[in-house]
Amino acid sequence: MRFAVTERDTALAEAAGEVLAKQAGAEQIRAGWPGGRTESVDAVWRTLAGVGVTGALVPENTDGNDLGLGLDENALPPLLETLGRSGLPVPAAETVAVGAPLLAAAGAPQLPSVLRGSALLTVSLAPDAPVPFAARADLIAVPHGDGLRLYPRDEVETEPVGSVDGSRLLARVHAPAGGGLLLAEGPDELAVVYRRGVLATAALLVGLAGRMLELTVAHVRERHQFGVPVGSFQAVKHALADVELAVRFARPAVLAAGWAQAAGDPETAVRTSMAKVLASEAARKAARTAIQCHGAMGYTTEYDLHLYAKRAWALAADWGGPTEHREFIARRLGIAGAAGIASEGADT
Amino acid sequence: MDLTWSPEEEEFRQEARGWLAANVPGNPLPSGDTREGFAAHLEWERTLFEARWSVVSWPEAYGGRDASLWQWLVFEDEYHRAGAPARVTQNGIFLLAPTVFAFGTQEQQRRILPRMAAAEDLWAQGWSEPGAGSDLAAIRSRAVRDEGAGGWRLTGQKTWTTRGAFCTHLFGLFRTDPEAERHRGLTYFLVPLDAPGVTVRGFERLDGDEGFAEVFLDDVLVPDADVLGGVGEGWRVAMATTGSERGLTLRSPGRFLHTADRLLDLARTKGPGAHRDRVVQSWIEAQAYELFTLEQVTSIVEGRQIGAESSLNKLFWSQLDIALHETANDLLGPEAEVDGPWSRGFLFSLAGPIYAGTNEIQRNIVAERLLGLPRR
Repeated sequence: MRFAVTERDTALAEAAGEVLAKQAGAEQIRAGWPGGRTESVDAVWRTLAGVGVTGALVPENTDGNDLGLGLDENALPPLLETLGRSGLPVPAAETVAVGAPLLAAAGAPQLPSVLRGSALLTVSLAPDAPVPFAARADLIAVPHGDGLRLYPRDEVETEPVGSVDGSRLLARVHAPAGGGLLLAEGPDELAVVYRRGVLATAALLVGLAGRMLELTVAHVRERHQFGVPVGSFQAVKHALADVELAVRFARPAVLAAGWAQAAGDPETAVRTSMAKVLASEAARKAARTAIQCHGAMGYTTEYDLHLYAKRAWALAADWGGPTEHREFIARRLGIAGAAGIASEGADT
Repeated sequence: MDLTWSPEEEEFRQEARGWLAANVPGNPLPSGDTREGFAAHLEWERTLFEARWSVVSWPEAYGGRDASLWQWLVFEDEYHRAGAPARVTQNGIFLLAPTVFAFGTQEQQRRILPRMAAAEDLWAQGWSEPGAGSDLAAIRSRAVRDEGAGGWRLTGQKTWTTRGAFCTHLFGLFRTDPEAERHRGLTYFLVPLDAPGVTVRGFERLDGDEGFAEVFLDDVLVPDADVLGGVGEGWRVAMATTGSERGLTLRSPGRFLHTADRLLDLARTKGPGAHRDRVVQSWIEAQAYELFTLEQVTSIVEGRQIGAESSLNKLFWSQLDIALHETANDLLGPEAEVDGPWSRGFLFSLAGPIYAGTNEIQRNIVAERLLGLPRR
């Protein structure tokens, strides 16, 4: 028994963290919103790709590329938490956890450009739901028939959709009847793919929650009312202590889900859903509390907080919201009711 | 990351499981917070001791098995899964003993620990006073030096003392220097409750059991040998104990995992879907507490201090315990008010956010020490 991230996985997350600390501030998040200079986001993404972020789960030396690190799912929680904390508007879960390893396995010719960060790849497993980053991605993988298929953007029809977090660049995607490259098929394969996406998103949420907490702690230490820092009031302290509590109990659940996926633990599905429930609830609590503790400043777009809060709301609902994952666990625990049985078919 | 148990830990689990299966009383014992129940529990404590399961993590010389923290977690898990009786000796074993190991002299360790392990001496915690609850440093009970007698004379009142009416000894804080800054003038004393000048009066807790006592001390002579950790050092010594109390040694995950499993069983009997979302959420949180603990134990085993983080444990398990029982109450419907394991567990869960330092104090600690918010 050893519940701690290995040095190798920590090293990758730290390398990413260094890049992000230097190059990715709130300015880069704003750049991801419609009308922003997405080139600056792409530049950070290429630098991250250079330290191995995109190839974390890609086997080493695939097709002669040197960007595959050959790590397993244990690497996802620390790495994605770091990416989440930065708020960088990129399809991190979709590329790192889901798409890149599938492209490698399928021998997709676009793999090198995805690993270098020059082609933007997004993936969605939710039929008919708007696909994040589809409004500008170069490669889009969506369900078609009973499999997940990869399309170059000019082979699909995309219909941009406005979103609360403008940097998500949502679009509805209509894939053609034929074509595309098959990346995964069948319930078992798709379940593995889905769980990686859920895990990565949970880790992003833990990072976002941590970032919002950090911003708020800094604010309430500085902001004075009644002649004292507002952070000295117990009402504020207790609210923020509850956020810390939620974050600190979500993180181990995410780490455990990563381990379960890598180790092929029989409880992997339940552990993954647990992680998403706890991370989603922690991030939503962090967003709510952060806005409240910032007062009116928290309800503006001039201040940075909204950028992280909106991402948290988006990701809490993406890859299955907390209710959906609790429902799944209820079925596994044998306490589901009629509604649970009716939706059994949607179970991935 | 490796969340698998080693063969040695599995072997330890099997041994514990086998012994518990053969020895845990078939019918639940009466509450250990009543006089009659306490006696029944003492018999169980001695059975545990004789088979060397009463203090598994202690050195063999004191009646333990030298078990690692991991093995201790395994034992706790098996203990709760087996539905074994609540430990009426826990305040000594989990609160005083770590302090004796850390601060006691060799003489004190040899004198105190084996008798504690054997449930011959039964220890109650003497911290709270009528005017010093959350504000523990407001303690007014005092100890005055008696050079001639080679000791200290203790006078004052302790209260809300768990199982104080049934215990044989008290460990507590007393003011030895009324002039010093209030955290510095305290000393940690060990007091036999049959000493001349001690009066103990039991009283009922909210659940109706005589689980509390107030302890009056009137010029009680305590020899120097029963000062733990040095005169004037009481606050520092006591804070080492609060870490144990709030942290994982008081409430191991096994307790909540077992309650969560009982909740699932109850939910299954109540028909499909009843309060499903809340049942699952409570179950998830019990698992989360275990995972948090595994992370924390890894830290401790690798030599890091958990310090103020023990306040996170305390907040989480105390809230979880209430959530588990409130959900059970809703599943039970009109049966919820019937006296039984769930209603008793519910009443007890309400004490969780109060004892071992109220949750308000814990949130202050988290905010000030972990997040760095200003004290004033």
